[in-house]
Amino acid sequence: MASLKALKIRINSVKSTQKITKAMKMVAAAKLRRAQEAAEAGRPYAERMEAVMASLASKVTVGPQASKLLAGTGKQDVHLFVVATSDKGLAGAFNTNIVRLARKQALELQAAGKTVKFYCIGRKGRDQINRYFRGQVVHSVEPGDLGKQVFANAGTVAQDLIARFEAGEFDIAHLFYSKFVSVLTQEPTQQQIIPVPLPESGAVTGAAPVEYEPSEEEILYTLLPRNVAVQLFRATLENAASEQGSKMTAMDNATRNAGDMINKLTIQYNRSRQAAITTELVEIISGAEAL
Amino acid sequence: MALHFELVTPEKLVRSQDVHMVVVPGAEGDFGVLQGHAALMSTIRDGDVSVYATANGAPEVISIKGGFAEVNDKGLTILAESVA
Repeated sequence: MASLKALKIRINSVKSTQKITKAMKMVAAAKLRRAQEAAEAGRPYAERMEAVMASLASKVTVGPQASKLLAGTGKQDVHLFVVATSDKGLAGAFNTNIVRLARKQALELQAAGKTVKFYCIGRKGRDQINRYFRGQVVHSVEPGDLGKQVFANAGTVAQDLIARFEAGEFDIAHLFYSKFVSVLTQEPTQQQIIPVPLPESGAVTGAAPVEYEPSEEEILYTLLPRNVAVQLFRATLENAASEQGSKMTAMDNATRNAGDMINKLTIQYNRSRQAAITTELVEIISGAEAL
Repeated sequence: MALHFELVTPEKLVRSQDVHMVVVPGAEGDFGVLQGHAALMSTIRDGDVSVYATANGAPEVISIKGGFAEVNDKGLTILAESVA
């Protein structure tokens, strides 16, 4: 049995760990509220964007001159997985869940004879993917604090992606991120971003003819790259909220576990203390009897 | 007679209200949108959006950067890149 002193040190160490996890939980809760608001505030833009894209795409005929971002390259050989994770750990299975979904899809595609490349946003995701798919990560960026993202960052990434697409590095791009459903539920999500997925035909009823200024093609030309940026930005916002939600749950669990551990250790400590006192008494009594 | 006007940026929904008229800085020139405007889609240059809450009132000016405007039977939606 461990000595009394060792037990005492152990208890104190667990107690200070509990204080830290408790503080982290509070911080996550405060950040979560802000991140959740940001994610919810960003949704209308992305939704309207989707609606506009859908109505535009259904009106423009996909011909040989149509932008590749809309029509695709005509091949489906090389897939690029844009995996958005965070730079920091200690958020439960947040990063792992995203990577797991990406990995599953990648293995399926590879089994079908396709090439899969990775474009990682976030350090944690990059590290995990590097372990499974060595040498397949073409580029990675570290976004830093997910709570302080601005639209311009997403724009930079989107431009880089489009440049790579135009250089023929890949045919199809998928985006992986964690969708924020609630504090307790975050859903790893896959979404095709390049080429733009066309809506199911018949969903859009173009009743009134729409006037375009300048022309349909020009609007579409400026809109397509922006759509990629918008989807990326949306993913970042959702990720930020999900990360904090996941972190809060993880830290809550850690605090509770530390509490259980402290109880167990305290019982052990008291038992050993009692045993030591009993032994001492027995020694004194037997010493007195011997006289 | 009201026009439903929405101004959205990637960060948030800036405005969602019923107004009298909105003047939008379109890529090929400013245009005013009243209720019942024909369906239109236009890119926007950087500039000021003037929102006229009432027919005779002074306009509220919002400067925006980039984006596009869509007019449909539900009203006017401006998707701007940023709002100053």
